[in-house]
Formats: sequence, structure tokens, C-alpha cells
Amino acid sequence: MTAITQDIVSEHGLSDSEYANIKRLLNRDPNLVELGVFSVMWSEHCSYKSTRAHLRRLPTSGPQVIQGPGENAGVVDIGDGDAAVFKIESHNHPSYIEPYQGAATGVGGIMRDVFTMGARPVAMINALRFGSPDHPKTRHLVSGVVAGIGGYGNCMGVPTVGGEVNFHPAYNGNILVNAMCVGLARQDKIFKSAARGAGNAVVYIGSKTGRDGIHGATMASAEFDDHSEEKRPTVQVGDPFTEKLLLEALMELMATDAIIAIQDMGAAGLTSSSAEMASKGDSGIELDLDNVPQRETGMTAYDMMLSESQERMLAVLKPGREKEAASIFKKWELDFAVVGVTTNTGRLVVKHHGDVVADMPVHALAEEGPVYERDYVSRPPAAPLRADTVDQNKSIAESLSRLLASSDLCSRRWVWEQYDTSVMANTVQGPGGDAAIVRVHGTNKALAISCDVTPRYCRADPLEGGKQAVAECWRNLTAVGATPLAVTDNLNFGNPENPETMGEIVSAIDGIGKACSALGFPIISGNCSLYNETNGEAILPTPTIGGVGLLRNFARMATIPLKRPGDAIVVIGETKGHLGQSLYLREIEAREEGSAPLVNLGVEKRNGDFVRSLIEAGRLDTVHDISDGGLLVAVAEMCMAGGIGAKLDLPNSIAFLFGEDQGRYIFAAPPEMTKEIIRAASAANVPVALIGTSGGLDLEVPGMGKTRITTLKAEHETWLPNYMSAR
Amino acid sequence: MKSAVVVFPDSNCDRDAATALEQTSGIKPIMVWHDDSSLPDNVDLIVLPGGFSYGDYLRSGAMAAHSRIMRDVKDKAEKGVAVLGICNGFQVLTETGLLPGVLIRNIHLKYVCRVVGLTVEESQSSFTRSYRKGHVMKMPVAHGEGNYFADDETLDRLEDQNRIAFRYAEGENPNGSARNIAGILSERRNVLGMMPHPERVCDPALGGIDGRGLFQSLVKTLS
Repeated sequence: MTAITQDIVSEHGLSDSEYANIKRLLNRDPNLVELGVFSVMWSEHCSYKSTRAHLRRLPTSGPQVIQGPGENAGVVDIGDGDAAVFKIESHNHPSYIEPYQGAATGVGGIMRDVFTMGARPVAMINALRFGSPDHPKTRHLVSGVVAGIGGYGNCMGVPTVGGEVNFHPAYNGNILVNAMCVGLARQDKIFKSAARGAGNAVVYIGSKTGRDGIHGATMASAEFDDHSEEKRPTVQVGDPFTEKLLLEALMELMATDAIIAIQDMGAAGLTSSSAEMASKGDSGIELDLDNVPQRETGMTAYDMMLSESQERMLAVLKPGREKEAASIFKKWELDFAVVGVTTNTGRLVVKHHGDVVADMPVHALAEEGPVYERDYVSRPPAAPLRADTVDQNKSIAESLSRLLASSDLCSRRWVWEQYDTSVMANTVQGPGGDAAIVRVHGTNKALAISCDVTPRYCRADPLEGGKQAVAECWRNLTAVGATPLAVTDNLNFGNPENPETMGEIVSAIDGIGKACSALGFPIISGNCSLYNETNGEAILPTPTIGGVGLLRNFARMATIPLKRPGDAIVVIGETKGHLGQSLYLREIEAREEGSAPLVNLGVEKRNGDFVRSLIEAGRLDTVHDISDGGLLVAVAEMCMAGGIGAKLDLPNSIAFLFGEDQGRYIFAAPPEMTKEIIRAASAANVPVALIGTSGGLDLEVPGMGKTRITTLKAEHETWLPNYMSAR
Repeated sequence: MKSAVVVFPDSNCDRDAATALEQTSGIKPIMVWHDDSSLPDNVDLIVLPGGFSYGDYLRSGAMAAHSRIMRDVKDKAEKGVAVLGICNGFQVLTETGLLPGVLIRNIHLKYVCRVVGLTVEESQSSFTRSYRKGHVMKMPVAHGEGNYFADDETLDRLEDQNRIAFRYAEGENPNGSARNIAGILSERRNVLGMMPHPERVCDPALGGIDGRGLFQSLVKTLS
């Protein structure tokens, strides 16, 4: 057997103190298989060793929460015995190396997390960040990632209903692919992963194990350098066909009561699923690798334990139910094998060719990984932008056109048309609105889904940026009329061993926690992706917030498009003209400066609750939140979506028109209704301002003149397709 | 109307088709597993739903065309039973030879999901009689291989025999299909294959009800 040398330890990404700890926990030197198993279980990706101490501060409970963090996905109550099950997960590192497969398996992995819980996936959304449009790799990455997401999700027959796509040079060397899956289950049919009891069969289901993805979790726990391309073999290859069969077979098995526990084989495959299941169940597991279905010959125990082959799961069955389960998997032409048994030893024992090749305590693997209180420094927030540095003579009309046709505000149609948005015949609102809306099959209820973060705010002020990401997600759900229920977060940052980056992480988590508490919007699942850094250059701090809300009756929902000429157009919330870190400043003045806009959580909640109550009462059907680009961009988006113009009476001020103050919405409603609403707003202490009227074919603003909606729309629609075809 | 929906491995619009059928006919369709040897007797309509049967491996529809149930589908089609193939179902029908031509990769080589204008070209069939000829509808497409291709002689024959049921509206062909063809009938007019998804537009909550006419036509003819 291979002797463990210093080199082997460091190749596994383990520090000297971590290695010493492993020896202490085992009371001996580990062999190579054990070292490999510890290295993946204790990797940043699996153990959250840099963030765990801070994540504990996040609010995770509420009356609606059925399952918080710690299972394959979180679960919330949506009434009538129904539950929404959801989680977000990153596949950043693999997607940069191999965009199609990296993104595809990201989608496959997060869907498995959701259906392992007993939920049928009903919607996908994703948050994508790419490098500068001018960077030579960007087109290739956009094209591959979008095709990969579509390739997997479309084949699964789950609609991809929304998301974010943004560009910034800070992602040139590390793109972000965050995929979120939402599923539906009955509350009394939720499946968990604790392998309780001894003597029960441990079964392997899904596809065969190959050598792909070995050490993927370790790759995702290190920085990239100039040789990152060499990591291509650590990227897994997806097979959505097999996953669809796995989904249907599992739904069939879950309709019986044969399952005690089940867990997806995601990162670190057989290792993490068996260790975590046994650890949670306070049991042990004995695995016999000879029975593992294998795709190739000559695989070692090390290969099998560390393989990240896709579309596999591990389950523990009640005694005597193996035959029944086997017949279901046979029908779906999937591998099914009894590969082990639960024990009461508290150990994960692995046998291969009759020999014990690993014998490790399960709690040590799953729970006693290192937790680091890494050093951090909090950078002071960026200084406010000086108003007198903004050129007041720029043409408003030209700035509006340029913003609407900019890489971050242009239409994403080129992307979403590659996703099946309407399969399952429940998509009430697909991409392009504030939040996607998916009906709960056979009911009048619907789920609203959105994911949000504004990384440039997070860079300027991680605390406010963290708050803003949560607030914007909450606002997007509110803008369609949904009651926000809970959050899944995907914390994407650089190297946590750098105290400045660690400072960003800590502050962002603080901000997220504050906002989630204030808005009653707890975190029920999530994922951290650190080391998004190449040659010492980190990404912008990007804590993606995925939120789900409930519409009790989706017939009463609000959407963006202007629907009638003659509607009054009204802004809810206060406009002061915050241009710091705005898209205006970046796109028109080529400056990324100033402080991030502040989020007043009390005001946010008051304004949002007011807007939602109007939608729920059936008094508003046209609402849009104000975010990137500010007020004028938001009105233009409503005009373009509805094909109706608007005449606005606004101060002729760049800061007023393009500032990104938070906590604001626009609505359009018939004048009589508007009068009542304005009275009610004033009574509720909600800032409200009538700014114009819908109608005509132009957007007309004092100081700007008239601009044809069709012209704006043409520019808005063509940037991305032109860019992708290199025109 | 007694209908059956065939479920292949990775059919994924089977439930959507069943829902639309139940809503229009009032009767739940029977779901038939691909590995069964026969369909129920007296079935009036067989639906081959959308999806990625057998993962679209080899070629979309190619493997499903050889699955066990298809022998009975062919037999029944030859006896005049109505067969509707939507999206992947259309691909299966061309692969079995129940309909002429092939569906090749979209001309821009990308998957496309969008709502397109769809013109009713032929209202004289059990699938389309509730529609008015020339009526332009809105219906979603969602496919990577929907580019209908056949030789000119076949295309001419389809036109001469009024077998083109639907065409994409002018300027809205999403995939490069020859002569804007979106759906065709068999010679006996009891088999229809179409790329757009009528089952996704049978409910006003989903943005349209233009698909209802198709199912209503079948109910009228076959009940």
C-alpha cells in the first residue's frame, strides 16, 4: 500500500494541522483511500470550514419553515398540506473549465437535491455571471453554459423560468453558474437523509460509477491558475436521460413506504453520501465496493469512493423491501444494487475484494471537520459619490438608449429562448418579469421565484450589498403580488484565506442576516462557493439570493407590461437620486465609484407590504420594481413590455431619473383607482408620487423629448444576439 | 373519446397531454408504457407526447420508433385509428414511416422555445375541423430538431393532397422547416404530426387557448 508522504498530503489539499487531526481521530496513519475520503469531506466545498462559524448567525426559522439548512434542500409550508422544496447551488469552477458539461451537471445536481427530498421539480432559475463582453473567452462561455443549462433542464422536462445574466471583467477568470431548483411535495411525504437503525440494506441506484469527477470537490476548493485547463478531467459528464428515469423511478419508489433515508451522490459521491447519512442517523455503514455498479474495469477503491459520476443516489431501505425497490428500477432500466448495510458502530467501513480498505469514524468525517475562524478585515465602505462630478449635460435620450442596450440591461431573450420555459404547462409568467410565476398543478395557488444580487454594491459595501440582495429578491416577489416565504443563498466569493475577502464574506453574511430577519424571510438552504479567484484576482463578492413566494390566487397577480392607455403611473418609495455604483455611472461615465445605495429595512417592508396588499386585493395588475438603471429605465421596461408609451412629468435631473435608490416600485392603474391608492399610501406613511400617464407610442420626458417605444425595444432586443453572433 | 398517451422513457409532455385531453374530453386518457405489447382495445385516439424519448440518443425519435408498443401503434394507425404526435411524437412518427420526411436540427443549431404564429392550412381533418382555414394562432414551440425536411416531390404531394395541417406564419419559422411546415397529415388523414405544443395553450392562465380547438376537433369527430 502507498505510503503517505508530505507531498501526497498536500496534493490532497490538506494542511499539516488537518493531517495531524486525521491521525488523531483515527489513532493511526490513514491509508490512501482514507486520506482521499477525509480530503473531500474536509474540503471547503463539503465542510464549509471557512464560513460555518459565520453562517450560524443567519436566521433559519419561521412558522412557514418545515426544513431548514442541513438536508439536501429546504422545505416551506405553502398551505393545504403542500410544500415547496428548494435550493440553489453553484457549479462555477467546472463551468469555466468545460462550460456545457459544467453547467449541465450543475442543473442535474440541484434537481437531484430537490427530488431526493420527495419533491417533483417544477421550476429552475439560474444566476449567471460572465467576464467582460470584450474578453476573448466570454462568448464561448456564454454559449456553452446556456446550451448546457438548456440541454439538461429541457431533457428533464422541467421549465427554466427565469434568472440573471450579467457581465463584469471581475469574472474574466471565474464565471459563476448558480442554479436553483424548486420542487413540490406533500408535507407528509418529505424524505430525509438520516440512516437510522442497524442491519438495513444500503442500496445504490442510478447510473454506474466511472472515473469522472474524481476530486471535483477539491478542485472547487482551490484557486485557479494558468494551468486550470488541465483540470478538465475532474469535470463530470451529465446524462439527463438517466436522471429523468431516476426521477420517475424514485417518485414511484417514494409512493411506497420502503425508504428510511435517501441522499444524492453529489460532490464527493459515495463518500459524502454514506458518511453524512450514517453521521446524521448516528449509525454506521459498511460498504462492499465489489457490488457497486461500475462503468469501467480496474477501478480502485480510491477511484470509486471519490468518483463524482452523475445521476446516482444512495438509499437505506426498510428490511425486506429490496425486491420491491429492485423491480421499480428494473422497469426504468436503471442500476440497483445492495452495496452495504447500516451498523451501530459509528464507523464507515469500506471493503473491496474481500479486504477492509478503509475504516473511519463517521462523525469525524461529517461533523468534526475543521472550522476556521479566519482572520478578516472589514474594509470601510466606499466614499459617497460627489454629485458635482457627474456631468449634467449628457443627453437623457441617448443615455436611456445606451442603458437599455447595455450588456446588463439588454433583453436576455437570446438566452431564455434556449430554455424550455413552458413544459409542465404551469408557467403563468416566464422570463422577463420581476419574478417567475409557476402554478401549483391543479390549484389556484402559484409560486413566485426570483434570484438577485448586485455585486457592484457588494464590492463597495458588503454589508449594504448583502442587505440589498435580500431586499431586492423580496421586492421582486412582492412586485408580482406574492408573499415572500424563504430564501436559499449561494455565497460566491474569492479566497477566504485573504483577510479582505474574508471580511467581505463576514459583512455580506451580516447584511443578509439583518435583512432576512427584518423581512421575515428566513434562509432554508444554501451553498458556498469560495476560491473564485485566478492568479490572485477575485470575483466581485456575489451572494446570490434565491427566494420563493406564494400567491394564494394567481388570478390576482401583477406583471410589468403597461396594459391600458390612460393609466396613471405612480412611484411608491422615495427618490433621492443615488448615483453611486449605479449602472448609469458605469455605462455612461465609465466609472464604478461611490457608495452603495442604503437599504432601510423598515421602509422596505412598509412599502412592499403596501404594494402587495393592493395586488392581493385585486386593485393593481401592473407593477414593476425599480432596480438597475433607476426610475426611467423601469418605466421604459414597462412601456416596451406592453407596447404602450408614457408621458412623464419628472424633474430634469440625471440623478432623479437614473439613481438607484432602494425600496421603490412603479405601478400603473386607472386614474380613479389611483386617487384612492394615493390617499391610502399617504395614510400608511408610504411615499407616493404621481409621475405621468400611459398612452401613445412614445416615451416622453421633459428634457428628453419623445422616443419611440419600438426604437427603444429594437435596441434593447438586438444587443445580445448581435454580440453572440459577433456582429 | 377513449384516448391513450404512450409513455416512453423520458417522455416529458405526457402529463401535459393527458391534462389537456381530460379537460377537453372530460375523460382521463389511459397512460400506456412503451414496453407494453398492445394498446387497449377500442381506443379512439393515440397520442405520442413530447419529450426526449430515449434521451434523443442516436437521433430524436429513432429508438422510440422501435419500441415494443409502436408495432401496435402502427397496426392501429393502418386500421384508421387517430394518432397525434406532438414534438418528439412527430419525430417518432417520421422515424416509423407513418409520416413522410424527417425533422433535422434547427437551422441555427440551437434549441428554441418561443411562441410562434401558426396558420391553419387545412381544416378538413378530424384534428383541425374546429379551426377556420387561414386562422392564425399563437402556440409555443420547444425543440432542437424541428426543421422539417423532405424532397420536393414529397413536399409537392403533401401540398397537392392538402396534407399540410399547419404552417408557421410568414416570418415566424423558428427552425428552417421546408415551406414553413409545422404539422402534416398522413395520406389517410388519421395521423397528424406537429412540432408546436397545443397542449400548452389550453388554459387561459397560461397565456392562450388556441390549442383547445385541436382537442375539441378530436372530441367532436371521435366521440
